[in-house]
Amino acid sequence: MAEETRTAAPSETPSGDRPFSGGGGDRPDRGERRPPRSAGPGGPGGRGEGGPGGRKYFRRKKVCKFCVEKIEAINYKDIRLLAQFVAESGKIVPRRLTGVCTPHQRRLSTAIKQARNIALLPFAGRAS
Amino acid sequence: MNRTYELMFIVRPDMPEEDQDKLISTLESAVTSTGGQVKNVERMGKRHLAYIVRKFRDGIYILLTVEGSGGLIHELERRLRVSEPVIKFLTVRVDEEQKRLDKIKAIRDARRKTSTAAAAAEAAGEAPAVTA
Repeated sequence: MAEETRTAAPSETPSGDRPFSGGGGDRPDRGERRPPRSAGPGGPGGRGEGGPGGRKYFRRKKVCKFCVEKIEAINYKDIRLLAQFVAESGKIVPRRLTGVCTPHQRRLSTAIKQARNIALLPFAGRAS
Repeated sequence: MNRTYELMFIVRPDMPEEDQDKLISTLESAVTSTGGQVKNVERMGKRHLAYIVRKFRDGIYILLTVEGSGGLIHELERRLRVSEPVIKFLTVRVDEEQKRLDKIKAIRDARRKTSTAAAAAEAAGEAPAVTA
């Protein structure tokens, strides 16, 4: 099923489906919460049938970027790295969206807050 | 008790180079007079600020790596606070994090060494068979 949704993804792009900003392109993996749906023309469990305003789910195994790439140093000066985990609004992207493991998210949030303090990253809130 | 700190500060973008040098040298002298040590000075150049600070949109970033006691940092921060061209500063203690990273690196290196040694032994065992 996961293969099917992935292959079907490029062809059907609903208008409301904006690319997820930040988080390295990982989408929430909560397919198990999806209510069972009858097999429609898009196949069972096809992506993007959540109705207007409904959330679209995408099955993909979430992995912690820092564990996989063995990045241990999460430094407040490394803005390129940190910017991947900050949403457009300046908010820190939650773990459930990015898949970062708890110890790394803790270090990441500290680093982002330090970077904000020295004006390397914006604070959340109204865009200045 | 000596610790390593990183002092990052932003000066106003229109500050001439010689004034920056003067500021850095006064900070350095303050460090050495209190028994500390300046390990590195890095000018990170002009950067766009993520938000407006004291009506400035840009700033010149300077990073100082300093070894010394907490009292020294207190003094340096006081100086940065009173010096007019400095618009923002941040001090981060880095020695504990560095220690942690070194530990992880040592563990990884040890693992790699054992794995490469095993591979080498295997290759050595195989090599005569190939030549013969």
